[in-house]
Amino acid sequence: MAATETTGKTTGKTAGTTPRATAAPLRWLRRNVVILAGLATLAYLILPNVVVMVFSFNKPHGRFNYQWQQFSTDAWTDPCGVADLCGSLGLSLQIAVWATVGATVLGTMIAFALARYRFRARAGVNTLIFLPMAMPEVVMAASLATLFLNMGIQFGFWTILIAHIMFCLSFVVTAVKARVMSMDPRLEQAAQDLYASPVQTFLRVTLPIAAPGIASGALLSFALSFDDFIITNFNAGSTVTFPMFVWGSAQRGTPVQINVIGTAMFLVAVLCVLAGQMAGTRRKRSKK
Amino acid sequence: MTMTHTPQSSGGDVRLSQISKTYGSFTAVHPLDLTVPAGSFFALLGASGCGKTTTLRMIAGLEDPTTGTVELSGEDVTALPPYKRQVNTVFQNYALFPHLDIYENVAFGLRRRGVKSVKKQVEEMLDLVQLGPMARRKPQQLSGGQQQRVAVARALINHPQVLLLDEPLGALDLKLRRQMQLELKRIQTEVGITFVHVTHDQEEAMTMADTVAVMNGGRVEQLGAPADLYENPATTFVANFLGTSNLIEAEVVEAGGEDLLLRAAGTKLRLPAARCSASAAAGDKVLAGVRPEKMALAHADDAASVTDGHNRLPGRIKDASFIGVSTQYVIEAPGAGEISVYEQNITRDGRLIPGAEVVVHWNPAHTFGLDAAQSLLAGKTGAAGADLDEEAA
Repeated sequence: MAATETTGKTTGKTAGTTPRATAAPLRWLRRNVVILAGLATLAYLILPNVVVMVFSFNKPHGRFNYQWQQFSTDAWTDPCGVADLCGSLGLSLQIAVWATVGATVLGTMIAFALARYRFRARAGVNTLIFLPMAMPEVVMAASLATLFLNMGIQFGFWTILIAHIMFCLSFVVTAVKARVMSMDPRLEQAAQDLYASPVQTFLRVTLPIAAPGIASGALLSFALSFDDFIITNFNAGSTVTFPMFVWGSAQRGTPVQINVIGTAMFLVAVLCVLAGQMAGTRRKRSKK
Repeated sequence: MTMTHTPQSSGGDVRLSQISKTYGSFTAVHPLDLTVPAGSFFALLGASGCGKTTTLRMIAGLEDPTTGTVELSGEDVTALPPYKRQVNTVFQNYALFPHLDIYENVAFGLRRRGVKSVKKQVEEMLDLVQLGPMARRKPQQLSGGQQQRVAVARALINHPQVLLLDEPLGALDLKLRRQMQLELKRIQTEVGITFVHVTHDQEEAMTMADTVAVMNGGRVEQLGAPADLYENPATTFVANFLGTSNLIEAEVVEAGGEDLLLRAAGTKLRLPAARCSASAAAGDKVLAGVRPEKMALAHADDAASVTDGHNRLPGRIKDASFIGVSTQYVIEAPGAGEISVYEQNITRDGRLIPGAEVVVHWNPAHTFGLDAAQSLLAGKTGAAGADLDEEAA
């Protein structure tokens, strides 16, 4: 639309005055520069993922998967072929799920408290909740490890989970709070006015309206927890999560299976987004 | 959850006894007694911050009164939460549930009360407000007027004893507002439910309501039928807030007869004793009020032609604005300040231009008297009087 308008204008102008010697390629470039910049940015974003994907079909000589040798689906047919890989993946998924549940429930409650109620330490809590986001991760990881050590707590699954819930919490609070703050309090009053008890009001009105915020907080938590290396590394003891496994194996060689897992995760994420978008458009269409 | 009593189609009455609301040191509503008869269309009128919305919210149960009781159809509901009151509200910005479609918005109240088959009722209600084809749309896909109708339908479907309307037309443009005023009035007559309508728009209150309570500073200034309030304002606030009034400071010279004799601006004025709400013994100060459309102008040269017995004030035209049905004059009257006069455009005297010396005159029966111990300017709302005059003229 915009492009055709511009064309119309330029032709109109050149028809009126003496045709200026603007080179055709240059004009084409001027019209399409936005599209080109967009494509370049997209390539910049996608290229690393493409490399991961391509190398998941590699059959490397030796232990390092850094040079393209030949096409093979060996790794895809046997993703658990490397010792401990699938174990660490399972552990990471498990921790991510529980950290998401914990952080989402706690974070949602904190967000509601901060957005809805005036209490003495409100300003303090509001600031403190941002601390995990602002603090250098490595500092937090080290001090957390010190804390666990001094308290005599055994490192492992639970210390990782506690640490993950802690840093996911602030993201959930931020996402949910924004949603709750923008919510008209009159909606809940309207629900009560229409015979909904406080519990019904929360379940039928408050929660559904806050749901997008809660969902985005949960998704973020899952991604952050699954992916975390620094804090986990300090607080895991002898337990090995997937990022730690990748890090550890990178010292000795990188199995192709790591690329397989990475590609699979990427595809699952893309599928989720596509499914969400399709559901959204279908809902919109059915409304009309 | 099931309600204790079944919905009834006729309205109930509302009785507020010594109800008040304070927030810390601020008193939003001073102890107030108010009775809204069953089936009536009642308006609470006032500028923003006058306590009208707080009063409404106390009836709905969304605000706890500091003192006093709320009775609905003779039953004390002061302690009941909003979801147990047979009252529904149309909120200022409609407060439609954005995550539910129109159908589910309207069905919300019925479902919460455990009504099983809502389809027929919802469809009937959507037809009543002419939104049948919109049932599956989301609120944000509707225009302001349509959203407003959904809000009314969502409340009315529950057959409340009382329907509360909190500035329901405030967000609509003028034309749509007039249309909805008539629409709401029609619905109210049709369903017979008691309507309590909160508004800051005096014109809206007068067009729709049977009874208007004018509120100011957390108190009811005056309560009555629209015409009664307009013709016999009891305070300067009401006189200025409802339309425009000319208020002239005067002193009672002679009391006792049918008319009081006043001295103002160096001349004598008559005021029917029955229309003076202030104490009026000889020597008392009063305010003589006259509506601008009840006054007429005569050029100073024709002063002799003014009807005998009319009150007169000499002055000079300061400003004249022609607005079609009438011409609005501002007269500088020595000793009486500025006087507004609205003359209908029947025969126009070409001499009545700014600077001309004139005599303002009116039938003494159109004068009302107010206590002089009040601000002359209370309730002045700028252009608010202009709309009203179009109808009066």
